[in-house]
Amino acid sequence: MWQNAPLFPTAASELARHVDYLFFFALFFSIFFSLLIAGLLLVFGSKYRRKGPDEVGVAIDDHAPISKTLEMTWSAIPFALLLVMFGWGTWLFFHQMRPPADAVEYWVTGKQWMWKMQHPDGTREINELHVPLGRSVKLTMISEDVIHDFFVPAFRIHVDVLPSRYTTYWFKADKLGTYHLFCGQYCGVEHARMVGRVVVMEPQAYEQWLAGVRPGRGPIRTGEELFVANACNTCHRPDSSARAPILNALFGKSVALADGKTVVADEQYLRESILNPASRVVSGYQPVMPTFRGTVSEEELLQLIAYIKSLKLPGAEAAPAAK
Amino acid sequence: MSHDTHGAARPGLAHHFDTYEQQKESATLGMWLFIVQEILFFGGLFFAYALFRWKYPVSFNHASRHLDVVLGTFNTAVLIGSSVTVAMAVRSAQIGKPRRIVGYLLGTAFLGLVFLGVKVFEYHHKWVERLIPGPNFLLEGPGNDHAMMFFSLYFAMTGLHALHMIVGIGILAFLLKPAWNGKYTPENHNMIEGFGLYWHFVDIIWIFLFPLLYLAGRHHLL
Amino acid sequence: MSDLSIATPPSAAEPDPPGWARNSYLNDGHTLKSWLLTLDHKRIAILYLLSISFYFALGGIFAALIRVELATAQGDFVSPDFYNRLFTAHGVVMIFFFLIPGIPGVLGNFLLPLMCGAKDVAFPKLNLLSWYLYNIGALFTLWALVHGGVDTGWTFYTPLSTGYVNTHVIAVGLGIFINGFSSILTGVNFMVTIHRLRAPGLGWFRLPLFVWGMYATSLIQVLATPVLAITVLLLAAERLFHIGVFDARLGGDPVLFQHFFWFYSHPAVYIMILPAMGVISELVAAFARKRIFGYKFVAFASVAIAVLGFLVWAHHMFVAGISVYAAAVFSILTMLVAVPSAVKVFNWTATLYKGSISWETPMIYALNFIGVFVIGGLTGTMLATLGLDAHIHDTYFLVAHFHYVMVGSAVMGYLGGIHYWWPKITGRLYNEFLSKIAAITVFIGFNVTFFPQFILGYMGMPRRYHTYPPEFQVLNVMSSAGATVLGLGYALPLFYLLWSLKFGKKAGKNPWGAVGLEWETTSPPPTGNFDHAVVVTHEAYDYRPAAPAKEAPVVA
Repeated sequence: MWQNAPLFPTAASELARHVDYLFFFALFFSIFFSLLIAGLLLVFGSKYRRKGPDEVGVAIDDHAPISKTLEMTWSAIPFALLLVMFGWGTWLFFHQMRPPADAVEYWVTGKQWMWKMQHPDGTREINELHVPLGRSVKLTMISEDVIHDFFVPAFRIHVDVLPSRYTTYWFKADKLGTYHLFCGQYCGVEHARMVGRVVVMEPQAYEQWLAGVRPGRGPIRTGEELFVANACNTCHRPDSSARAPILNALFGKSVALADGKTVVADEQYLRESILNPASRVVSGYQPVMPTFRGTVSEEELLQLIAYIKSLKLPGAEAAPAAK
Repeated sequence: MSHDTHGAARPGLAHHFDTYEQQKESATLGMWLFIVQEILFFGGLFFAYALFRWKYPVSFNHASRHLDVVLGTFNTAVLIGSSVTVAMAVRSAQIGKPRRIVGYLLGTAFLGLVFLGVKVFEYHHKWVERLIPGPNFLLEGPGNDHAMMFFSLYFAMTGLHALHMIVGIGILAFLLKPAWNGKYTPENHNMIEGFGLYWHFVDIIWIFLFPLLYLAGRHHLL
Repeated sequence: MSDLSIATPPSAAEPDPPGWARNSYLNDGHTLKSWLLTLDHKRIAILYLLSISFYFALGGIFAALIRVELATAQGDFVSPDFYNRLFTAHGVVMIFFFLIPGIPGVLGNFLLPLMCGAKDVAFPKLNLLSWYLYNIGALFTLWALVHGGVDTGWTFYTPLSTGYVNTHVIAVGLGIFINGFSSILTGVNFMVTIHRLRAPGLGWFRLPLFVWGMYATSLIQVLATPVLAITVLLLAAERLFHIGVFDARLGGDPVLFQHFFWFYSHPAVYIMILPAMGVISELVAAFARKRIFGYKFVAFASVAIAVLGFLVWAHHMFVAGISVYAAAVFSILTMLVAVPSAVKVFNWTATLYKGSISWETPMIYALNFIGVFVIGGLTGTMLATLGLDAHIHDTYFLVAHFHYVMVGSAVMGYLGGIHYWWPKITGRLYNEFLSKIAAITVFIGFNVTFFPQFILGYMGMPRRYHTYPPEFQVLNVMSSAGATVLGLGYALPLFYLLWSLKFGKKAGKNPWGAVGLEWETTSPPPTGNFDHAVVVTHEAYDYRPAAPAKEAPVVA
């Protein structure tokens, strides 16, 4: 119990270290003000001890200039410091929540009470995530049941994992090691055991590990098979938009819907179009697409989406090999 | 023990108040504060309605068509009428006419019961049409996939409103006997005033509910 | 130094101190009915004191069991399921049945009419009804607990609570709903009392700051509690009828529940702290024998906290899936609400300058409060900082923060107030030596329990875990040890306070030599509060050097 009792967690990414800097800044001022107040209380408390049973204190008039000055000062200075904390924290948060464009995409499904990970090449893991050092990793996450939360203290970030809605977690590990993964949102009986590990490896070691593990077919490949098996390709054709909108090169573009709204074709949009197509009818089309709710699982949805994202217009370069 | 020198000299003045004025102002302020919190109570449902109507405008418009706007309008008129009768009851108290207080209160109760009767009829109709949220809910057709959300909110909001009306009529029943016996005088009729405020509030909630629920999507018909 | 002697029974040789009343509200009627159907705000305060103490002890037992489990890294004391029910029960009981009704129910009820120079609150019957509603609500919850409890956490997040547990969610919800009406009615009662029942001459800015604190609290009780009520109803409807508001598969949104829930529950924390801050203002003024520095600033700060507290709810949801822009808005608003709290702390501290300070037990609690509140408040601003919250959200850092403000601050304020006004409420003085020991024990026990949790949280230990990685154990053991000390500190007052009822020295009108309307009537007060018409001609905390002779202070 005594050997391994550190008081500060490892920081395994650049952003994590930034969180620590901000924390130390806040901590410094917290200690400063705590000691200041405690000190003043004790100093005044002893210096102005009551000397006789009928003694009273000397009140300072509310309208005295010193009173107003003090009030302004000790309102303004804390507020200024808080603004600095706010500004710094918000800047940091924007970085924490926005993955860089070159991030490699992994997929995470949370369910009571385990984590299911999928690597870009299709390799699956349960409760563990092996990642290469120095590469930006983006996790697209969803829950199969209740709200969970993906928390790796070494990266200093929590992101809730929601049912029916994708959320994103990203990090760039710059320190080798094995780090705790916790579920950070109470999710039922085994919440405390919905834990795992993130293993950061040298890039070569990671490649070797991937090769050594039972190789999976990439999600794009699997997604393509699902696309055919569910007969999506009978209506969604790359060469004709007569029966259904063309899906090639669709991802990320604006779509005009039948109800007049315009949305961006992101993962959430694709997911809803598959599960509840009547709510997402594209302008100019009739609502004839059947729903696939109950037919496809969360993981299969992720694979279909990966496939659709990879589709290019005919004549353009073929979809890159899944990596 | 207490300083109950008021007793017979100032009937109806509670011992902790110094004047009728103070007692009346306290009662009025208390009732207004109670109404403010009721607004916050209903406010949660209004917010949920606004949110889901913004998210699913087509479903909500379609679902709203299945409400009977004629009955809804009739009920609105009935409720406004009941606010008139309750205002007259307060006026009767102000001018010291106890029998009229009772008459107008009974009128208010009658109109309130008419309103509730119509709602029972409407709810029954929804049951028959399979529009009660739950496993039996069925509303087919394009653009109706979130109609159940509309009906969930419809029943929640009108149900809560109806509950407030039932409570109101119940309280009204307790006011009748003291009113008949002349307990509510021009100097001191806080109960009638307070009840009137409450009843008007319940009416105003309906004034908002009616267009939101019954008239959604009908604007283009005007 | 301190007077250890316990009073001997009154004999002819020892006269009662002037201002001690043999006949007071306490013996104005001896039957159970005269207590259970009382309309006297002071008796209602005693009724609340009994209920509150019971639920505090119950919540404390749950806490003790939690800390026993957490002393070891494995889940070996109770099953995971039982542990989840334990922390849910601890949260529900402590928040809804101790902290929220606590100071308003006991001290607010007793003091507000006295401080306003009134005979009672505006609506005495509603006041009694509030106490009954509180107990009925609590009974529903007790029923649910006895039948296995709830395992959703006191926060009842969906969809876990609506579709994935089969425990008594609705029963507990109903209990909270009914209790909510108690809160609302108390709020209405207090607001009207303060607006309309002040004695002649008692303008708003002559009121004690405790009254301002209670006014701000009542504002929140009236405006926020109904939103909790509708949230509970929607939760029940979702659970029973699957109406879909919180179910993504039916077009709803589970995060919507969080918005509804926190719209009440954030202002609720200010219901817990504002009365305690009001108590501290009274204690500092009384034991420094001078007017609080910056009276108006402190008064307005109370109202500012109440108002701003309504604008910050989503700071509980920074990583819950809200947009980063929304998160930024709530973050800066939260920074704003921290400022009036800071202003109060500085004002209390400045009051001590050139004060005439006496370190009796209530003042020790006040000192404890200020020290602990600074830490609690500052860690709150850390949690409000987005970049930091991404890391410490829902970890033991958060647990430590809210215990610092709820236990360290609010409970210290409550205990300080009980000790300060005990002579007025009961007509008896307690043993000052023992009470000081208890206050210091509470302070030490509290900090040893909760300070390590800040470190645990930053290290990454999530909340609501009954089992954890072994490297977290040392700090957990420290925390559990502190909890034992804290428990002893809380238990001690039970003994010497009860002892004082029979054997304590009789108190005169004004044992502390304080300035305030409540000290101008007998101890305990008569049922009608004052035996003379009250007219106020001086400012609040009008401590004059040549004041009329006060009786000898408690401590020589």
